[in-house]
Amino acid sequence: MKALFWRDLALAGRAGGAAMLGLMFFLAVVAVIPFGVGPDLNLLGRIGPAVLWIGALLASLLGLDRLFQADREDGGLDLIVLQDFSDLVLTVLVKTAAHWVITGLPLVVAAPLLALMMNVEPLAGGAVMATLLVGTPAVALVGAAGAAIAVSLPRGGLLVSVLILPLCVPVLIFGISSARAAVTDPDPFWPPFLILSAITLVFAVIGPVAAALALRASSD
Amino acid sequence: MQAIAEGLAGGRGGTALFQDVSFALESGAGLAIVGENGVGKSTLLRILAGLLPAARGTFELRDDEGAVLIAHEHLHYLSHRNAMKRELSVHDNLDFWKSFSDPSGDAGGLSAEAAIAAVELEGIGHLPFGYLSTGQQRRIGVARLLVTRRPLWLLDEPTAALDLRSSRLFAALAEAHLDDGGLLIAATHLPLGVDGVETFDLAMAAVPDTDCDDGEVWM
Repeated sequence: MKALFWRDLALAGRAGGAAMLGLMFFLAVVAVIPFGVGPDLNLLGRIGPAVLWIGALLASLLGLDRLFQADREDGGLDLIVLQDFSDLVLTVLVKTAAHWVITGLPLVVAAPLLALMMNVEPLAGGAVMATLLVGTPAVALVGAAGAAIAVSLPRGGLLVSVLILPLCVPVLIFGISSARAAVTDPDPFWPPFLILSAITLVFAVIGPVAAALALRASSD
Repeated sequence: MQAIAEGLAGGRGGTALFQDVSFALESGAGLAIVGENGVGKSTLLRILAGLLPAARGTFELRDDEGAVLIAHEHLHYLSHRNAMKRELSVHDNLDFWKSFSDPSGDAGGLSAEAAIAAVELEGIGHLPFGYLSTGQQRRIGVARLLVTRRPLWLLDEPTAALDLRSSRLFAALAEAHLDDGGLLIAATHLPLGVDGVETFDLAMAAVPDTDCDDGEVWM
């Protein structure tokens, strides 16, 4: 399983592009917002955490459909699906973890820098980073289930987004509310942050199992 | 080890293709499944591998005492695709499958270098898999069967892209596998050239067209 993790990382390094696509999209979304909203620094600072979160969420959806498709195209998915169910679930979890390290982690790292562009206070920028660190794995985990369902479709990317976007809405709500609570005084930071963590843990259990079931069902 | 199929029936996309496929193979025996395009050779192989459910019938692997084995732990499945990443080197690809299919490392099998040498492609281990020709890629696909020792080989058109010399090389590898107590089931429309392999014509088990209207749902 360790070998699978490192292979997927190596593949992302060799193939290039794919890993940077989400980050570039995130940068583009956040960079154009000030042009659209106007140079009202207070307003930008207020909507900043929400813009960062929405940008990161949409960027995480990009490329999710490739999670299993490359393996399907070269026939490796057959050998992955042939394992015991528990091994298959673990394989999905490992592949999702590698996918998150490639596509999700750069978003988390870039978030504080982009927060400066949005005139977000440093404390709120740090809160956005912390909530993204906890929240984006949830998107990848539930996305694995969507990717597994759409794996046999030639252009499943849109379907993956449509399938999993509703499931990501709670992640978005609690992510933004806890990032905002870090700077608005009476609101508590921890309750929404812990709910966000709970959502991620729930998806860590449900996502890989659902993905494994979908892969089994689609192995024609 | 024995591989026993009893009354297997299957089909694709709601159409029944074959029925009542039964055979029993002992260690050291091979079976070549022949038949025209579309007769269901690949479907049968995928059912044997456990990737598709059989509409009827069973396929079992038994050890010498007659106990039923967990089939997928004892078989290699080589489809018409080679399960290799184009971006990674040949050596890394084989190394990956070796550690993936045998994490504990006690199944045995050749090292990646030895497997590359066994398919006579020494010196290309460092090249990305995508740089190889179709025939060379197929030979590396066959080399994957060698890096982890598993008794049953399920091969889908193993020699389709190979030249005559490589086909003979494949036949020699397959014969060595059979001599070692292995089993081999290959779907093919070309002569395999492997000694000791029986031929099974899947057309004999084809479902007559008139039987399709009996209301059964085939998957």
